[in-house]
Amino acid sequence: MTDKSHDPNQMTGAAMIVRALIDHGVQHVFGYPGGAVLPIYDEIFQQSEVEHILVRHEQGAGHAAEGYARSTGKPGVVLVTSGPGATNMVTPLTDALMDSIPLVCITGQVPTHLIGNDAFQECDTVGITRPATKHNWLVRDVNDLARVLHEAFYVATTGRPGPVLVDVPKDVQFATGTYHPPRKSDVHISYTPRVKGDATQIRKAVALLANAKRPVIYSGGGVINSGPEASKLLRQLVEATGFPITSTLMGLGAYPASGPNWLGMLGMHGTYEANMTMHDCDVMLCVGARFDDRITGRVDAFSPGSKKIHIDIDPSSINKNIRVDVPIIGDAGNVLGDLLQVFKAEAKKPDIKAWWQQIAQWRARNSLSYRKNNDIILPQYAIQRLFELTRGKDTYITTEVGQHQMWAAQFFGFEEPHRWMTSGGLGTMGYGLPAAVGVQVAHPDSLVIDIAGDASVQMTIQEMSTAVQFELPIKIFILNNQYMGMVRQWQQLLHGNRLSHSYSEALPDFVKLAEAYGCVGLQATKPSDLDGAIKEMISIRRPVLFDCRVAALENCFPMIPSGKAHNEMLLPEEATDEATAKAFAGGKALV
Amino acid sequence: MNQPASAYFLEERHDPNETHTLSVLVQNEPGVLARVIGLFSGRGYNIESLTVSETESQKHLSRITIVTTGTPMVIQQIKHQLDRMIPVYRVVDMTLTGSSIERELAMVKVRGGGDHRVEALRLADAFRARVIDATTESFVFEITGNSSKINQFIDLMRPLGLVEVSRTGVAAITRGPEGM
Repeated sequence: MTDKSHDPNQMTGAAMIVRALIDHGVQHVFGYPGGAVLPIYDEIFQQSEVEHILVRHEQGAGHAAEGYARSTGKPGVVLVTSGPGATNMVTPLTDALMDSIPLVCITGQVPTHLIGNDAFQECDTVGITRPATKHNWLVRDVNDLARVLHEAFYVATTGRPGPVLVDVPKDVQFATGTYHPPRKSDVHISYTPRVKGDATQIRKAVALLANAKRPVIYSGGGVINSGPEASKLLRQLVEATGFPITSTLMGLGAYPASGPNWLGMLGMHGTYEANMTMHDCDVMLCVGARFDDRITGRVDAFSPGSKKIHIDIDPSSINKNIRVDVPIIGDAGNVLGDLLQVFKAEAKKPDIKAWWQQIAQWRARNSLSYRKNNDIILPQYAIQRLFELTRGKDTYITTEVGQHQMWAAQFFGFEEPHRWMTSGGLGTMGYGLPAAVGVQVAHPDSLVIDIAGDASVQMTIQEMSTAVQFELPIKIFILNNQYMGMVRQWQQLLHGNRLSHSYSEALPDFVKLAEAYGCVGLQATKPSDLDGAIKEMISIRRPVLFDCRVAALENCFPMIPSGKAHNEMLLPEEATDEATAKAFAGGKALV
Repeated sequence: MNQPASAYFLEERHDPNETHTLSVLVQNEPGVLARVIGLFSGRGYNIESLTVSETESQKHLSRITIVTTGTPMVIQQIKHQLDRMIPVYRVVDMTLTGSSIERELAMVKVRGGGDHRVEALRLADAFRARVIDATTESFVFEITGNSSKINQFIDLMRPLGLVEVSRTGVAAITRGPEGM
């Protein structure tokens, strides 16, 4: 036996984990300690390169890491214990999988000899999280640990990004083995995500684009995930082609909301002009979006007359919901670069003046209008004021899920990518507050605002304590209507206004709650108070809970009723009780 | 179109179903079969038959042969979803390659005497099934072939005293010199 005691690569599994984090440039870990991760926490204690952010619930760690990842483009890292620590991570992992957010989650596990014995705080973590992760690993031998950790970072951040999980039994954390820095052979040779688009397909796409009479660009979260360069290329493509552009919820900010070709968001609560343009177009260029059911409405009536080009890094997104004519597998930025080059070389800007005139008519319907009110704060108005008063500041917005989320998407204009963190695919209430924690950790000097609802925010409100402990001056802007607004809206529209359990009785006094957590509570009840209170919130360099009392029964419009097509939108000024009843007529009678 | 009040579009597409045989080459590591099976159950795909074995032990490669049914779009989804799994090397749709060979093995236990016993043996001979166990009142036949041949043999054995059947599921390979 050779003496390995002087080999710097000989170390415990727990030390390897911290070392791997450092080797992958990780500066922040979100986590919560427990029995099965104590050796790792011991290593964290003895170093200063990786800062640990202690949350109050593991779900909070997961969403914080998501916010961190979404706002930086770097993977978010989570460290939690076995059993309940792991099961509490299932929601954020699934959320990250749906929205393609790179997360690396390290879980402790009971010692290998106890696995399968129903030991204390044991659960089948890799079994439970298998459908919630892009890939996961249970490491039974300390000598596999370095390879698996490196592979985990690689898998999380390449191809279509997503969450991965590495489950490390406690005896493996204690055992000594050989560490190695990241190297190419750490990765399964079967994993080869395709980045570059096929040249022939790109040519076909350019031919379609060059001859389009009624084109539209429909971009999604894939453009954001691809990095800032992709957004730049997207803007250049819009410039070069002169085409109108709309985006999914996840893709907001890739093209600036102030840009001349911007149609607003599309889909169920998208603008009239965006949805009509999608419906009547003859060529659709979909970049990094996946024809989700909130986007398409009725699938058999979705954009019936168009040729569809679909750029996606994930082949399984192609032809999943909507048949496309020209699929291009590859990274959004990479393909956009090639596409732009070919377009500039071989095509010229098609004349689509007539199409823009048509779009101008749709725009003139002003589908985001709402009636003004001098006595009660309307939620749309609150978001508009928040947007106006934060304009020009270095602002990041997160949201919870529901009406406030849709209003934020409609009324807050995003000029840059990575500024908008929301739970799109999974629709996780409680995402926004911990996500804001994560964003603020990554951007300590920026203005980070969680646009929240009174119901959603209570799902993870305990993370206010994290914000206070780590001096993270997040702003929680609660549109408080005392209802689960979107649930109430659906009950009104679809279930005869029987408001079954969508009213929150016994809401906390958010101002006092803020004070109890050691942060600042503000409240606005009248439109005339709003600007002053928002300015005060922005000026405070501490966490703030802002209780914005808004109209209780406001509905979110425009809206594509379920089972309807893009050209059957319900606009706010048309949404009388009668018209609404007719639009939603189906199995249920409406009151 | 009348659909009940719902946040989702409820109508299903009604394309005709097709049956496809997929060969999936995977890294033979713990949990890989669970991942493949979990994909099918999780996404609501059908498995008609499943055959798994390590085929290249030095490279730790296993070959999974799956017979599945679905609409053409679902079949395409299944292939894409399999292909994006980290330990999956390749997915080949044997049905689309056009010239693949499919075989299944079954062991068929038949109990009876007199004419039935003679008839069972005669039919087994016609189907090139081998007797691999015999008692004075029973036989176990081993039969190899495609699924329909085996189904036919089992149907014929039923009135002759069929006791039970054990089948392997389909294994498939392409014709010609090229591998997958």
